[in-house]
Amino acid sequence: MTDESTNPMREAIQSAIGENPVILFMKGSPERPMCGFSARTVAILQSLGQPFAAVDVLPDPRIRQELSALSSWPTIPQLFVNGELVGGCDIVTEMYESGELQDVLGLDVSTETEEPTAAEAPPLSIENRL
Amino acid sequence: MSPSSAATPQELKTRIEAAIPGATATVTGDGHHFNAVVSAAAFRGLTRIAQHRLVYDVFGTEIGDRIHALSIQTQSGDQA
Repeated sequence: MTDESTNPMREAIQSAIGENPVILFMKGSPERPMCGFSARTVAILQSLGQPFAAVDVLPDPRIRQELSALSSWPTIPQLFVNGELVGGCDIVTEMYESGELQDVLGLDVSTETEEPTAAEAPPLSIENRL
Repeated sequence: MSPSSAATPQELKTRIEAAIPGATATVTGDGHHFNAVVSAAAFRGLTRIAQHRLVYDVFGTEIGDRIHALSIQTQSGDQA
């Protein structure tokens, strides 16, 4: 019998989502995305100058399993803002084009010419926290 | 249709339209990567996340497996 309350992988994912206001679960890293959908989502966040934490789901298939079980979302990437699933590449793209993504991220588009903050949150390694 | 054979755009279209009441779907794809534009009155009032989940739910665990990737655009019919 599986006791979900003692599932360390799921707990690690949950705390990562809770601790990072903007977190992207993706294939590969922002510097080296391993899938076109992940690459596109990273490019959108970077074009907005939005710092974000990134988790590579590829090193351990359990990350993806537990993430999808948690979010009821079958595909990667998955973008979470303030603990809520915003969507995958399709929704993020649509919301970026309509300006809704900027709203969700709390970005003031009128000051878009400001220097984007250079500091990006370091990628997390969930598998190292087990 | 046999779920073990390769997926086709026509199969995805048929299954989406059968599963979501009032849905019209346009599906393109190469057997692995698909794009579905789905319009349904059932989407009305739902968030995008909820609309896309309805479409993903048609295929369950086939997503990421037999259906390698499925891009979705949804329309509720009242936003055009």
